[in-house]
Amino acid sequence: MAIEVRIPTILRTYTNGEKSVEASGSTLSDLIEDLEAKHPGLKDRLIENGDLRRFVNLYVNDEDVRFTGGLGTGLSDGDQVVVLPAVAGGSRD
Amino acid sequence: MLTLTQAIRDAIVAHAKRDHPDEACGVVAGPEGGDRPERVVEMINAAGSPTFYEFDSGELLALYKQMWANDEEPVVIYHSHTATEAYPSRTDIGLASEPGAHYVLVSTREHGNSEGPVEFRSYSIIDGEVTEEEVRVTDTSTDAGTPAGEPAHQSTQHTNESE
Repeated sequence: MAIEVRIPTILRTYTNGEKSVEASGSTLSDLIEDLEAKHPGLKDRLIENGDLRRFVNLYVNDEDVRFTGGLGTGLSDGDQVVVLPAVAGGSRD
Repeated sequence: MLTLTQAIRDAIVAHAKRDHPDEACGVVAGPEGGDRPERVVEMINAAGSPTFYEFDSGELLALYKQMWANDEEPVVIYHSHTATEAYPSRTDIGLASEPGAHYVLVSTREHGNSEGPVEFRSYSIIDGEVTEEEVRVTDTSTDAGTPAGEPAHQSTQHTNESE
């Protein structure tokens, strides 16, 4: 089951510079395990304490997974996953 | 060094003044690899806060998909500080995630929503390291490094300000 995963610039050090990679899994959680097996180190940049990192956005077919079941979001062959770091900041220290 | 047109600088400053006292945020997209900011995209500050900004997650995806379709990248990522200087905070540094971008900060603390000069400064933020860079403002994008003989792209919404 092939799912295309779009990798942001800042994480391409884990994918030999590739903008997108293929992975498989029936849930987002499985997909991330498969990504980690192929590109060690990537999981830690996406997950913290068993949940999605606060300032990383993951989308499945253009839906933010925070609204579709988080790491339990189901996946099917041909789905498109996009990883985008949040663009955030501010004067608050 | 960041090189941008007066029209783009004006658009960023106008956005910052309009949204004061909340922080304003956005991107200036440009051709991939060109280091040439061309298209100002104002973003919603989903945090709606005077001390924090975050691009709305749906708008963020739409922005990136549009940039990918156009072979663009975020040349400038800008936001305002409304009560402090135009220097990256620890939060800004910790969350900076586009190592190739110019991070522009505008401070509206002096004049708020009113006319008047603002601090407008630019930085690279890579692996937690901040480096301030010179800001060069040109009259038109033709002066901004377009090779001779090629038509200049002028795709911001302010095209005639320098005429």
